[in-house]
Amino acid sequence: MSHDHDHPHHHADHHHDNELDPMAARVRALETILTEKGLIEPAALDAIIDTYETKVGPRNGAHVVARAWTDPQFAEWLGQDATAAIASLGYSGRQGEHMQAVFNTADTHNLVVCTLCSCYPWSVLGLPPVWYKSPPYRSRAVIDPRGVLAEFGLVLPGTTTVRVWDSTAELRYLVVPMRPDGTKGWSEQKLSALVSRDSMIGTGVVDVPEALT
Amino acid sequence: MNGPHDLGGQMGFGPVAPETDEPLYHAAWEARAMAVTIAAGAMGAWTIDESRHARESLRPADYYSSSYYEIWIKALERLLVRHGFVSAEDLASGHAETPAAKPKRILQADTVAAVLARGAPCDRQVAAEPRFGPGDAVRTKNFHPEGHTRLPRYARGKAGTVEAVREAYVFPDSNAHGGGEAPQWVYTVVFSGGELWGDGADPTLRVSIDAWESYLEPA
Repeated sequence: MSHDHDHPHHHADHHHDNELDPMAARVRALETILTEKGLIEPAALDAIIDTYETKVGPRNGAHVVARAWTDPQFAEWLGQDATAAIASLGYSGRQGEHMQAVFNTADTHNLVVCTLCSCYPWSVLGLPPVWYKSPPYRSRAVIDPRGVLAEFGLVLPGTTTVRVWDSTAELRYLVVPMRPDGTKGWSEQKLSALVSRDSMIGTGVVDVPEALT
Repeated sequence: MNGPHDLGGQMGFGPVAPETDEPLYHAAWEARAMAVTIAAGAMGAWTIDESRHARESLRPADYYSSSYYEIWIKALERLLVRHGFVSAEDLASGHAETPAAKPKRILQADTVAAVLARGAPCDRQVAAEPRFGPGDAVRTKNFHPEGHTRLPRYARGKAGTVEAVREAYVFPDSNAHGGGEAPQWVYTVVFSGGELWGDGADPTLRVSIDAWESYLEPA
């Protein structure tokens, strides 16, 4: 099948054309073929989708971060053996088999990317957002991270070291953002609600919303 | 390979487009694409390294005009054909027209939770001691293999410092092509912005990669 087009192709149209969307048809055909051949079980596909809709997502990572903020021993363990420390909270497996936690400090801000594909710590953050997998982020995070961060509304002091982790092997990185001021005595649960997905990739930081101060 | 996937430092793709309250999927087919890719991978016919290589082997114009789940599906079709599970006749009709190879296993719904929670660890025991240690000065090799590699172009031939010795992992450059797991030690190697990008680089920038031992030589 040729995908070359001699005329302009309007990708935007796809979003309004569910029935005729060529990718929807293509995926449906593939699933049909594999099901008819007994190579996949559609109920297994449903279970995979349900896992990443309801069980595995950035709340897992937020739990890890909030625990690290409130339990110095856990934070130390997380720094030394993130895979085991994270597994102790029940998060493990696919695209989180080998974990490394990297801690933001007053001097160093960490940012995670996969320039070669879309490696991402699924076990703690779930499925990656589209921008994480797309060429603008993957191309620029390693050469112009401050420019990228500005597009997320994050401007770091000029003296801060920007440390970019390109996930080129099977090690998956979780950024532990700095605990915001004004949260002394907060419970792990209350803190966990503050921790955004982006803060655990490094494209954000954690602030206390005005409503909570 | 010097493929379209090797994006570090490329220019011209425009700004990042973060979405507020981004949905998990942007079309219903994306969820099925994600799940069918995982379920087909669970048949055990190919490795994650072979599947990555299938994705990066798309023609550049196709790769850059495809969303990430489109890339997955296009690569999955190739893998299924290559391993005898799906034929061109099947894809043309959208139904099973030809017999399929026998898979090692078929993912059942009641084992999905356990399979996902186990994942596929790539650490292996190796007899050799790590050649490098933390603080060692190293230089990445300058090579341009036609096959799969995980040493990005922007980090080839560059001087860096070993920051951490990780574990011995399956070697993708071999494993993607049926050459066996051939595990090697993996190191986190950090480079200055100036080493990677030259004059005008952000002086506060430090970039690390995770490099298999054979990507490195002493500096």
